[in-house]
Formats: sequence, structure tokens, C-alpha cells
Amino acid sequence: MVREIDGSELTRVVEELCEEICYKVPEEMVDLMKAAREKEESPLAREVLDLIIRNQDLAAEGEYPYCQDTGSTVVFLDIGQEVHITGADVYDSINQGVRQGYKNAYLRASIVGDPIFERKNTGDNTPAFIHTRIVPGDQIRIQVDAKGGGSENKGRHAMLKPSDGLEGVKKFVLETMAIAGPDSCPPGILGVGIGGNFEMVAVAAKRALMRKVGQPNPDPRIAELEADLYEGANALGLGPEALGGTNTVLAVHVEVLPTHIASLPVAVNIECHAHRTGSRVI
Amino acid sequence: MSVEVLDDGRKRISAPLTSEDVRQLVCGDVVLVSGVAYAARDAAHKKMVELLDAGGSLPFDPVGAMLYYVGPTPEKPGRAVGAAGPTTASRMDKYTPRMLEVGIKGIVGKGGRGPEVREELKKHTAVYMAALGGGGALAALKIKSQKVIAFEELGPEAIREMVFDDFPVWVVNDCLGGNFYADTIKPWRKNELLPEELRLS
Repeated sequence: MVREIDGSELTRVVEELCEEICYKVPEEMVDLMKAAREKEESPLAREVLDLIIRNQDLAAEGEYPYCQDTGSTVVFLDIGQEVHITGADVYDSINQGVRQGYKNAYLRASIVGDPIFERKNTGDNTPAFIHTRIVPGDQIRIQVDAKGGGSENKGRHAMLKPSDGLEGVKKFVLETMAIAGPDSCPPGILGVGIGGNFEMVAVAAKRALMRKVGQPNPDPRIAELEADLYEGANALGLGPEALGGTNTVLAVHVEVLPTHIASLPVAVNIECHAHRTGSRVI
Repeated sequence: MSVEVLDDGRKRISAPLTSEDVRQLVCGDVVLVSGVAYAARDAAHKKMVELLDAGGSLPFDPVGAMLYYVGPTPEKPGRAVGAAGPTTASRMDKYTPRMLEVGIKGIVGKGGRGPEVREELKKHTAVYMAALGGGGALAALKIKSQKVIAFEELGPEAIREMVFDDFPVWVVNDCLGGNFYADTIKPWRKNELLPEELRLS
């Protein structure tokens, strides 16, 4: 049975999510920040974490967005193969939701229409960066992420050699965090993609960030790698805002993909402490 | 005198700043900034440098002035400003020497500066300070007013005159060439858990 969903439903959901996430970070971020505050060893870092927690609370009251960079809008759509979207173009519907959400909630328009010539602001934060996947079922899952540019800029991507192995991957991930330093507004999350090919590994890193924060990968070997990278990233000593301390990341999420016999791609997508994402199923 | 030392050791400053004021600000100091700062980020810097290169002058008096790297969210009705935390400073590194040449004395952003900017800060006796990155809501409470004074077409990147009210920042690069980030993380790096290349001595 084909289920019909009107494009305006997508618009409504995207609009609501944009409005919500830019003020209120996921509950896990609040809990993890408090846990970091409890275990932080540096006195200055504890003060910094107190400020970040106050910023979370203040933003959640709804008067001021969490961060002035309300991000590029990244949308993950899992469309059930039994769904027929009617009435409007899927991508237009989503962009209309972004347009309305950013205007109604007083969010910043941060997208330029071309990257290199005029760099003129499109004025409404469109277009969103949209990733679609066809999945079984008759529902649509929509996840929206408001991704800050500062942390996004510090991401890195490499085509390692298979002989570099696990150690090579770990070194690359930790180096990326070390280079990012204060520019990436720690303590946030590391989204790591390993495997696939040139473009898939970057998407895997972004998808890793979309997981519920702190939830380990179900594969125990990958979960162990996540734990190692978490320990390593915090051993860097950058701490909150990179002013020194024991909490540089709140979580590390790794996603792996099959790859070519010649390849070992790795990508690291850094998320700042302003992790703003939410999802709905319709 | 534009630097006031408070009982708890914090320092309160307001522009215009002199070289003598700047010399009192050292790495790691907590500083409360009051008074006027000019909000400008990537696109505004590009335009400002183009103006100077064409023999023109800036849309504000830069002598002793402070710059704040920010592009705020639109303010809600009845509010002076929207979220207004700092943006990454190193993106302005290319333009900063020019800003210091025309008299800028203090800069607020987030993150580190390159070696060339650190050298120029020394040369011109100027200071770079970092505000809480990602703290847009808290920052809004410390800004009393703002108005767009140039490049309105740039939207969030327009130049704004902002009035701060004890806006808290840390001195990161002082006029002696100091770099607070490098010093402050050292004691917390656990070399034994890291690959050789990432160890600090």
C-alpha cells in the first residue's frame, strides 16, 4: 500500500525542528556537560563549563539562540519506499521549512549562494544540505542539524594506506582535534567515518554525529575504538574552549563502511558544544 | 586611563585604548570590556581593506578602537541584540595587520591567531582577547545596544557599533608576544596516552 504524504508536512516538520533545536540542545548534551563539570580537574575549565551550562539554560528559555552561528541546515531524510510525496517538490518543501523556521525564530542566515565569486548571502539560510536514503516502510524520518561553521571548518579527510591500519586512523583523528583546538569550541563530539570511498566517508562522519550523543556503536570492536579515541582526545588536555583541562570531547562516534582493497579513507567531522539536532518520524 | 583593576584581579577596560592601557593586559587576565566595540567579520574585513587600499578611510575612527568578530542573530522585538558570541579569529588573520596599522588596539574573537598576527600585536602594542566560543546567548546579556553603521547589504556581516557592558573575555595574545592557549594546555596533556607527534615537552 502506498501512503501519501503531502510536501507541506515536510515543510512544517523542518520549520518546527529549526525553531526548536537552535534554542534547546538535546538532553544528553545537558547531562554530559554536567558530568564533565563534575569530573573536570582544572579550576579554570570548571569555570568555563559553568558558563557553558548557563548558556545552555539561558538559550533553552527561548529568548536568545544558543549560538549566533545558527548553522548550515543539514537534513537527513529516510524515506520509506512505500511513501508517495505529493503536492510539492521534496527539496523545495524542505527549503521552505528552513526559510520559515529561520525567519520565525530569529535565526541567522549564514549561507552564501556561491562560494568563490560574490559570496552573497541568500538571506534565508537556504539551500539546506540534504541527504536522502530510501528505506523499507511507509514513513519518513527527518533529522535536522544546525551545524556551526567554526567546528565544521576544522574537519579533515584523508585517504590513508591500508598499511597505516588502526594506529594510523587513531593518529589522524587525534591530530585533527589537536589542530582544531579552540577554533572548534570544545568540548563537543567527534564524528568519525572510516572506509567507503572519497565522498562516502565524509557523509559517514556526519551521520556519526547524528547518533544519540554518547551512545556507543553496536559493534563492540568499534565501540572499543570509540572509547580509545575518547580517552586519547581528552588526553590532549585542550579542555573546554581549549583553555586547558581534562574534558576536550564529550563523546566520539565512529561509523565504518566497506572499502576498496587499496583504500583506507578516514574523515573527522568535529561538532562544537553547541550540538543542535532533532528528529521526527511522520 | 581606560584600565581599572578590580578587587578580584579582573580588569575593566573601555575604548579608546592607548598603548599604555594595552601594556597592562597580560595573557590569562580576565577582562571585562565596556563601552564601544565595532562588530566586523569576514566580509566586512574584506571590504574595509579594499577601502583602505583605495585610499579611503574606515566607516569609524579606528584609533584606539576595539573590534569584535561577530555576526549576531536578528534581535527579537524588544531586545537590543540577538545571540552574539565570537567567531573564529584566525579567519581574519590576513586582514589584521592592516587593521592594526590604522590604529586598532584591541580585538575580541575566539580561537588562536597565527604567528604573523602575534608579531604584529607586539609591533603595534595591541591585544587579542577571546570570549566564550559558542556562548551566544550569554554574550547577548552583556551587549547594551547595537546599530548598523556600514555595509548593511552584508546582513549579519554588516559593521555594527556595539556597546558592551562588562563583557567577559580572556587575554590570549598580549603585546609581549604571549600565547595563553599554548601555556594553559601544557599541564593537562597526558603524553603517555598519545602518539609521539602529539606529545608536548
